[in-house]
Parts: sequence; structure tokens; C-alpha cells
Amino acid sequence: MNFLIDLLQYPFIQRALISGIAISLCAALIGVILVLKKYSMIGHGLGEVAFAALALALVLNLPEIYIAIPIVIIASFIILIISQKQGESGDITIALVSAGALAFGVIITSLTNGFNIDVYNYMFGSILTMSTSDVIISVCLSILLVIVYMFFYNRLFMITFDEKYAKVCGINVTFYQFLIALFTALVVVIGMRMMGTLLISSLIVFPAIIAKKLTHSFKGIAVMSVCISILCFLFGLVISSLLNLPTGASIVMVYIGVLLFSSIWKKVIG
Amino acid sequence: MNIIEVEDLTTTYNGHTAIKNISFKIEKGEYVCLIGENGSGKSTLIKTIVGINKKDSGKIIKNIPPEKISYLAQNNMIDLNFPATGKEIIMTGVQKHKCLPFYKKEDYKKFADVCKLLNIEDIINKQISDLSGGQRQRIMLARALIRKPDLLILDEPCSGLDVNITKELYNILNKLNKEDGLTIIMATHDLEEIKTIGVRVICLATTVKFDGDIKDWKGEM
Repeated sequence: MNFLIDLLQYPFIQRALISGIAISLCAALIGVILVLKKYSMIGHGLGEVAFAALALALVLNLPEIYIAIPIVIIASFIILIISQKQGESGDITIALVSAGALAFGVIITSLTNGFNIDVYNYMFGSILTMSTSDVIISVCLSILLVIVYMFFYNRLFMITFDEKYAKVCGINVTFYQFLIALFTALVVVIGMRMMGTLLISSLIVFPAIIAKKLTHSFKGIAVMSVCISILCFLFGLVISSLLNLPTGASIVMVYIGVLLFSSIWKKVIG
Repeated sequence: MNIIEVEDLTTTYNGHTAIKNISFKIEKGEYVCLIGENGSGKSTLIKTIVGINKKDSGKIIKNIPPEKISYLAQNNMIDLNFPATGKEIIMTGVQKHKCLPFYKKEDYKKFADVCKLLNIEDIINKQISDLSGGQRQRIMLARALIRKPDLLILDEPCSGLDVNITKELYNILNKLNKEDGLTIIMATHDLEEIKTIGVRVICLATTVKFDGDIKDWKGEM
């Protein structure tokens, strides 16, 4: 316990804690919609796009996050538009975009310095290196997302459950789809510093999948996902600090443990 | 007064013309059933009227505000494993212009009324995956009725449901039409049920083949 209290004295741990909680909250909220709309893989696909954007930013010696944000937002809109206009299923479009982006990123990286420490950090996450500006961005994003989620809750629920009915009711479904795509892109870009481009999708999908096993209402899943996400993040951060393991990977292992436990719990309790 | 007027409507679906040059008018309080074989264009016409499908040409004139129109899709059109309770789903029906996750007293009153009408008080807190097909469809009908529509549009609401549940749903719809004056447009295959009610039928085979009282309709589908 003393070890944990000592850890909290370090500014880099404080920054990791604040931004980690903020990002976990955002990822859990957006994850509920994506998982229930069967767009679970979009986080993974956009993670690959973020990797390509980062590789480009490093080559051009430009600020990574400011290059990645617009590129990932555009990619999420492209995925949405192709899925809708051409009748492709969401997963096929995500697979095509992510494969192309990954190939682009690998070529750019290999043509320059190769997989240096910056690229490695973004691929696998480095929450302990988060700056004050990262903390401010992630806290602002989480506040904005919570406000938008609360304000549009009923419409987001309608669109997630029954898009066609929402359309019949006169709701601008396309606007809300773009809103979801926009927030997904922002969560991916800001969360990749914590989890890495390869593991960011786990932060989005695991809380909703676990919560879906434990509760039966949409509101219940939204609330429980946020709680699970923040608790798993804290537990993962503690484990990684105690055992000197990578934080992103530790959080994923905690999620897997909780998922297994919740599956057994559901089977036993019914 | 005509509640809806369809003029020379043509819609293409998946590359082929699903309905062609369809025209009809429906008066307030009418009970109209769209009949025809599979692929005759019933669902396409319904979806074009409610705005899910885009029309290629023609006009659809609705003489009532959009919030007074409600829609019930086929029984198998929802994700059965979606984690939502009956109550959550029904309440979305009152949310035309509302966003926040809060409801007014009058919304709860409408909710209680529609639950009583459809006799679903004991299932509203269950997850939809735990309900039978008939119970689920009553929940979806409650969502359509909670906004107290003047026009209810249904797309084969009883497909996949057993005979008793089908009879029960038809009785409810008939009561709503006769007692409350609700205008109903419904795509259906259940000829026996609608014969007993006595409705206007529009028989489709891409174009309109018959339009009149079911008693005068002699054709086969």
C-alpha cells in the first residue's frame, strides 16, 4: 500500500491516472454504441490508420497528434460512407481501410528510420510519458463526450437499437452516425498514447462486452461499462507498476480476466 | 379528407423496379391492407411511404404532421440479443423532439395507457431477448402507439408469429381502427384474418392489380 501511495507522489503517475480515467470513460461510452451496432472492429481499424498517420507525422517532423486527429476522423467518415453507400458490411470496409493504412505506415516507417522508440511507443502505448497537454486534451474530450452523450442519449439509443425506426421518426440518422464516428476517431487518437495503436480497440470493446453479460438494459450497460472501464484501468495500472509490465497490455489482461469471471458468473447465476 | 395520397410512384430496389406507377388515396379512418405475392412490392411501398426507401419518381402527399405517423416493421427486423428492456424501447416512441434521458409526467401516463391497452404490464421490465415473438411484437406495437398516431403503417407485423398471437394482434388493430378512428395501412399475407375484419385491399404485382373492398376481390395472390 505504501508503494502505491509513494507512486501517487510522482507527477507522471498523476498525469497517467487523470488522463487514463478520462480516456477509459470516453472509450467505454463510445464502445457501448459500437459494440451494439456491431462495429466492434472500428477501433482496431482506426488504430491502424492512426499508426500510418503517426508514421507520416514522424517522417515529416510534425506534431503527431495534430496530424493523426484529422486523418483518423477522415478515415472514420470514409468507413461510414462506404459502408452505407455501397452496401458493404462495416467489417469488410474496416478490414480494407485498416490493411491499406497499416501497409502505408509500414512502408513509410521502413523508408525512414525504421521502428524507432517513438513508433514503438505509439504502437504499444506509453501512458507514463503523457504530457500535461495530453491530460488537458483527454479531460476536455471526456467532458465533451459525457455532455453530448447525455444530451443526445435517447436519440443515440434509438439509432443504436433501430436505425430505420429512428429515420421514420424524422431523426437525422446520418448526423448522429457522423457524431459517433467523430468521437470514435478522437478516442482512438487520444487513447493510443495510453494503449497503443494495436491495443486501443480493447479499451473500446471489452467494457461493453463485459457489461452486456451482467445487465439487461441499455442504460445499465452504459453505466456499468464506464465503471468496469475505469476499475480495470486502475487495476491494470497498479499491476503494471508493481510488476514493471507494459500498462496497455496489463489493462488488456485485466479485461480478459474480468470477462472470463463475468462469463462464469453468468453461467452459474443464470 | 385524404390522409395520404400516392401519385404515380415508382421505386427501384436492389437494381430492379419493385413498384411502378402506383397511385391511390387513403381517407382518414380507413383500414387498408396491401396484399400480393412475395416480391410484389408490398414492403417496398411501405418503406417508401415511411421514408426508409427512396422513390425514383412520383409523389407521396401526407396531409398530417410526421409525428402523427407511426410505423411497425416485421417481427424479425430487430436484433433479438440487444440489451434493452421493453420499457426502454417503448419510451423511445415518445421521443420525437426530445434528447435528454428524462421523461415528463405525461409521457409516463401515455406509457401506462399503452401498456394497459396491450396488456403488457408484466413484461415491460424484461429484456427483449427473454420475450416470445408475440410479446416482442406487442412491445414494438406499444412503441408505435405511445405517440398516439393518426396513421399507423405496418409491414407484415405478424410474419413468423403463431395463429393465436396473429388473431390477438388483428383484434387490437381492428379495435383501434373502429373505436379510435386510427387510419391503418398494412402489408400482409393473412387473407383469412382480413376477410373477417372487412377492409379495403390494394393488391400489388409491381403495379396495382386491384383496389377495393375485400368482399369484391376474387383473385388469387
